[in-house]
Amino acid sequence: MTATDIDLVDYDEAIARFDPVLGIEVHVELGTATKMFDGAPNIFAAEPNTAITPTSLGLPGSLPVVNGAAVEYAIRIGLALNCSIAETCRFARKQYFYPDLTKNFQTSQYDEPIAYEGWVDVELEDGEIIRVEIERAHMEEDAGKNTHVGGATGRIHGATHSQVDYNRAGVPLVEIVTKPIPNTKGRAPEVAAAYVRTLRDIFRTLEVSEAKMERGNVRADINVSLRENAQAELGTRTETKNVNSFRSIERTVRFEISRQAGMLDAGQKIIQETRHFHEDTGGTSSGRPKSDAEDYRYFPEPDLVPVAPSREWVEEIRAGLPELPAARRRRLLGEWGFSDLEMRDVVNADALDLIEATVAAGAGAQSARKWWMGELARIAKDREVDIAALAITPAQVAELQGLVDGSKINDKIAKQVLTKVLDGKGDPAAIVESEGLAVVSDDSVLTGAVDQAIADNPDVVAKIQGGKVQAIGALIGPIMKATRGQADAGRVREIIMEKLGVS
Amino acid sequence: MPSIGRDDVARLADLARIQLTEEEIDRFAGEFDSIMDAVASVSEVASEDVPATSHPIALTNVFREDVVETTLTQEQALAGAPEAQDGRFAVPQILGEE
Amino acid sequence: MTEMIRRSAAAQAAALAAGEASSEELTGAHLDRITAVDGDLNAFLHVNSDEALTVARDVDSRRAAGEKLHPLAGVPIAVKDIVVTEGQPTTAGSKMLEGWIPPYDATLVTKLRTAGLPMLGKTNMDEFAMGSSTESSAYGPTRNPWDRDRIPGGSGGGSAAAVGAYEAPLAIGTDTGGSIRQPGAVTGTVGVKPTYGSVSRYGLIAMASSLDQAGPVTRTVEDSAMLHELIAGHDRHDSTSLTDPVGAFTQAARAKDVTGLRVGVIEELEGEGFAPEVRARFTESLTQLERAGAEIVRVSCPNFTYALGAYYLIMPSEASSNLAKFDGMRFGLRVVPEDHPTAENVMKATRGAGFGDEVKRRILLGTYALSAGYYDAYYGSAQKVRTLVQRDFTTAFEQVDVLASPTAPTVAFRLGEQVDDPTAMYMNDIATIPANLAGVPGISLPSGLAEDGLPAGIQFLAPARADERLYQVGGALEALLEDSWGGPLLAQAPELTGGAHS
Ligand SMILES: [Mg+2]
Ligand SMILES: [Zn+2]
Repeated sequence: MTATDIDLVDYDEAIARFDPVLGIEVHVELGTATKMFDGAPNIFAAEPNTAITPTSLGLPGSLPVVNGAAVEYAIRIGLALNCSIAETCRFARKQYFYPDLTKNFQTSQYDEPIAYEGWVDVELEDGEIIRVEIERAHMEEDAGKNTHVGGATGRIHGATHSQVDYNRAGVPLVEIVTKPIPNTKGRAPEVAAAYVRTLRDIFRTLEVSEAKMERGNVRADINVSLRENAQAELGTRTETKNVNSFRSIERTVRFEISRQAGMLDAGQKIIQETRHFHEDTGGTSSGRPKSDAEDYRYFPEPDLVPVAPSREWVEEIRAGLPELPAARRRRLLGEWGFSDLEMRDVVNADALDLIEATVAAGAGAQSARKWWMGELARIAKDREVDIAALAITPAQVAELQGLVDGSKINDKIAKQVLTKVLDGKGDPAAIVESEGLAVVSDDSVLTGAVDQAIADNPDVVAKIQGGKVQAIGALIGPIMKATRGQADAGRVREIIMEKLGVS
Repeated sequence: MPSIGRDDVARLADLARIQLTEEEIDRFAGEFDSIMDAVASVSEVASEDVPATSHPIALTNVFREDVVETTLTQEQALAGAPEAQDGRFAVPQILGEE
Repeated sequence: MTEMIRRSAAAQAAALAAGEASSEELTGAHLDRITAVDGDLNAFLHVNSDEALTVARDVDSRRAAGEKLHPLAGVPIAVKDIVVTEGQPTTAGSKMLEGWIPPYDATLVTKLRTAGLPMLGKTNMDEFAMGSSTESSAYGPTRNPWDRDRIPGGSGGGSAAAVGAYEAPLAIGTDTGGSIRQPGAVTGTVGVKPTYGSVSRYGLIAMASSLDQAGPVTRTVEDSAMLHELIAGHDRHDSTSLTDPVGAFTQAARAKDVTGLRVGVIEELEGEGFAPEVRARFTESLTQLERAGAEIVRVSCPNFTYALGAYYLIMPSEASSNLAKFDGMRFGLRVVPEDHPTAENVMKATRGAGFGDEVKRRILLGTYALSAGYYDAYYGSAQKVRTLVQRDFTTAFEQVDVLASPTAPTVAFRLGEQVDDPTAMYMNDIATIPANLAGVPGISLPSGLAEDGLPAGIQFLAPARADERLYQVGGALEALLEDSWGGPLLAQAPELTGGAHS
C-alpha cells in the first residue's frame, strides 16, 4: 500500500481523536580515527574501496578486534544520557543477507548493551521540558554504501544493478534507543525533532562525533503508533528508517499520525513494518514487511571477547565529561543575563558557541548576541550559509565591538568594517587603520566642516538660535556627509553649540 | 523435539539463501530428524543453573589502539570481485528497500 | 636426496645447517616426490614450485652469507588450503573459492615466510573443513598413503597424507573437532591441536570460530614442537589470541622423561565404539608409559557423552554464520540465474551451486539451531554442555597431568563407506571433540598398526596453556614405541608408486 491509497486525516483532527506514542532510534557515527573492528581509516570522503582492510571487506580469514576508543566514546555517550554502564557486555551477530554487509551479518550488541536505563531532558521551543527515557545505547558497525544504477532517479526502484563502496563498512556506530515516549500529544513532531537535536548537541559537546546530519553522521529511525487514549495499550508501530534532518523528522511524525489515523478510521489494521520518508512528497511509503527475513538469528560474536569496563575506568570517563549543553545553557543564562527567549533564539540559531567565544575574547554578552543574532545572522541568511561558516572569527567580532566601545568607530562604520572582514580584508583594527575609517574628532578638521555647514544653512542657524536646539540635527547631517560618516557626532554637536553660543 | 519436514528445510534454505533442488530438500528433510535426535541429548543436562560458555578461554577487554593500519588498494579489493565498475563492486539489482 | 626427504624435519634442518644439502636441493626433491606420487594421492590442490624454489634459494644465499636463520629455515612446508596465502590460490576445498587469490597472508603464513620455510603448496581438505574423510572436497578426495582405497581422515587429509607420503616434512592443519588429530591417527603421522588461542586464527577461513585452531602436522613429535613454537604467539589481529609467552615445546619433546607423570585414562572414551585392535594398541602404549615410570589413573568425564551433541550444534551454528559471506557479491563464484537475477536470487543460486552437500547440510542445521524459538533449546543448551565439559576437564586435571584416549574409534575406513551416513561420519570425532569444546590442547601420535594392518593413534590432552605436557609425554612415548618397532611406524607403510591407481 502506498501513501496515495489511503485518506490522510487532518493532523489536528487525528490528534484530537488519537494519542500518539513515539519511539526513536538514533544512530551516530563515532569520530574515531579508525573503524569499529579494524585499522582502516574512518574517513568520510575517499576514493571508493580504499579505506578498507581485509576485515572491513569481510574477506575470508579476516577477524575483528574492538577499537578501544570507540568503547570509550560509547561510555561517554551512555554517561551523558544518565545510563548505567554494563559491568560486562558482549557483541552479537545480527544475521541477514544484504549486499552492503560484507559478512552478511552486522556485528552489534543484542541483549547486552554497553549502556542502559537512562534519560535526557529535551527543551522545546517554548521552554517546556520533556524527559525522554532511554532504554539502551549499544555499539555496532555501519554498512557499505550502495549506488543504484540504471534507474531514472538513482534510487533503488527501477535500478538495473548497484555499485557498492565499502569505505563506510565497519565505521563505529552507537545506537540509542528510547523507551516509548508518551504524552506528547500534538507536539509529537516537535518532540521528535527536539530530541534528536538534543542528542546531536550532546554528541558534539562530548566530541564523539562531528554529528553532521547532512552527512548522515546522525540518522534517526522514527517509530510512531497511535492509541485510543493515553490509558490504552500501545498500538502497532511503524518504523520510518534513516530520517536525516530535523525538518524531515517533524514531517515524518506528522504524516504517520495522519496516515495511521486514516487507516484506523477506515477500519484497517496498522502493519508493523519499516517505512521510508520521501523528501519530495513529505510522505512515507512501505518498505519490506517484517517477515521471516527478520529472523536475525542473533548469537554472541565468537570472534570477540566480552567488554567489561572497570568501574575505575567508567568513573575516570565520568570525571572527564565536559559540561553538557543543558547545564551550560543554564549557566550562561545566568552569566549573560539573557531572557529565556533570547537564549532559545541563540540556541536555535546554533550561535551559543560563537557568542561564548566572542565573550571570551572580551566582548560584552549583549553586544556579542546582537552581532551574531543581528547583522551576521542576516548576512548568513542572505548567503544561505550557517553563521558558523561565515569568514569571521569570534575574536574579530570582539575586536570590532572593542572599537565601538572605545569610540574608535561608530555603529554605522562598524557594519562597513564587518563587511570588509567578511570579504577577507583583514582584522577590524587593521581595516579601520588602513582605510582611515576611524572617527574624526580632530577639532581643526571638524571646525572647518561646522563653519561650512553654518554658512550653508542660515535658516537652520536662525532656528537654533531661536531656541529650537533639536534643529542641530539638520546641521550634523551635512557634516557627517562631508566627513564620510566618520565625524565624532558628539564633538560636532559641542562645537556647533559653542559657535552659535547656545547651551 | 519437533520434526523437521520439507517445508522447514525449504524455509531454512530460504533464510540461509541457498537454492536447493527438490531432491535435496527431500534428502535433507529425511536426514535432519535423526541428526537433531542425536544432538538433542544436550538439553538433558543443560539445566538452569549451568552457565553458558561462549569462548573456551575466557578473556575480556581485548582492545585495539585507534591507529590506522595498512589498507588494501582499490585494485587489491576488487581483484577477486566477480564484477567491478567505477572502483566499486558491481552487484545485481537489489529489491526490497523502497 | 630421495633418502633425505624421509628424514624428520629436524634432521633435514640439521642437514641444511651442516651444509650436507641446500634448501634448493631439498625443496626440489620434495617437489619431485609430489610430481611422482601426488597424481594418485591428490594431497595437493595447488603446488607452487617457482615460489618454493625462490624462497629456498634465498635462504641458501642468506645462509651462505652467514646470516642467523630460524632453525627450520629452508625446510619446506605444505599448508592446508583453508589458510589464506597472498599470491597463492586459496579454495578451502570449495568450488565457491575456485581461482580466488587472497590479497593478504594469514599471520601464521607471515611467520612461515619470515622464518624462510619454502611453501610447497596448498593441501586438500574437506570442503570448508567439514568432514572426517577429505571426501567432501570439491576437487576430489585425497587417498591414504597406506591404502589408496581408504580415506586419509579429515578435514585435513591432504596435510596428513602429504606428510605421510614424504611429499612434505611439515604441514599446517586446522582442527575444529579433530581435523588435525584424526587424520594423523589414520595416516600414522603426528598432529597437534594447540590450546585455543595459542596460534593466531587471523587468515584461517573460519568454520566455527570458537573451536578452530591451527597446528602442526608432522612425522615426529619433535617436529610438531618446533613448528608449533614457530607459528604460536600473540597476534593483535585476533581477539582470542593468548598473550602468554610461547612455551618451550621443543625442549619438552626432547626430554623423553615421564617419571612420575600421572596419565588419566578417560573411561568414557575407551569402551564401546572403539575397534578392538585400536583399543589394544592404546592399552599397550599405556603399558609402555607405565614401565617408563608414569602413573596410569582411570578418570571419569561423565559429560563427554554430551560433547558430540553440543559440538554438532555449536559448530554448524557458527559455520552457518561464518559462511554467510560466500554470496557471490565480493569474491569467488557468482552464479546468475536466468530468471529474475536479483541480488537475492544470485546469492541463492551461487550458494546452491557453490556449496557441496555437507556444507549445505551444516549451514541448514546451524540456521535451524539459531532460528527464533530454537536458540535456547539448541545453541543455548550446547553452550551449557560446553561448561560441563570444561568442568569435567578441570576435575580430571586435578587428579592427573595429562589425559589419554585413542584418537579415533577405528582405522581408516574405505572411500565412500560413510558418505551417505552423516551421523556415522560424525562419530569419527567422538574422542577429539571435547578438547575443542574446552579449548584444551591435544596431540595424536601413532600407537601401532591395528585392523587391516593400518595405523591407529593415541591422543593425549593437557590443561589449557600446558601444551608442553603433550610434547613431554608424546616425545617419550614415541621413543618407547619406535624402540619396540625398530623404527618409525611409517617405515612400515607400503612403497608408493607413481603408477595410476588400480
Ligand atoms: Mg532501527
Ligand atoms: Zn542499529
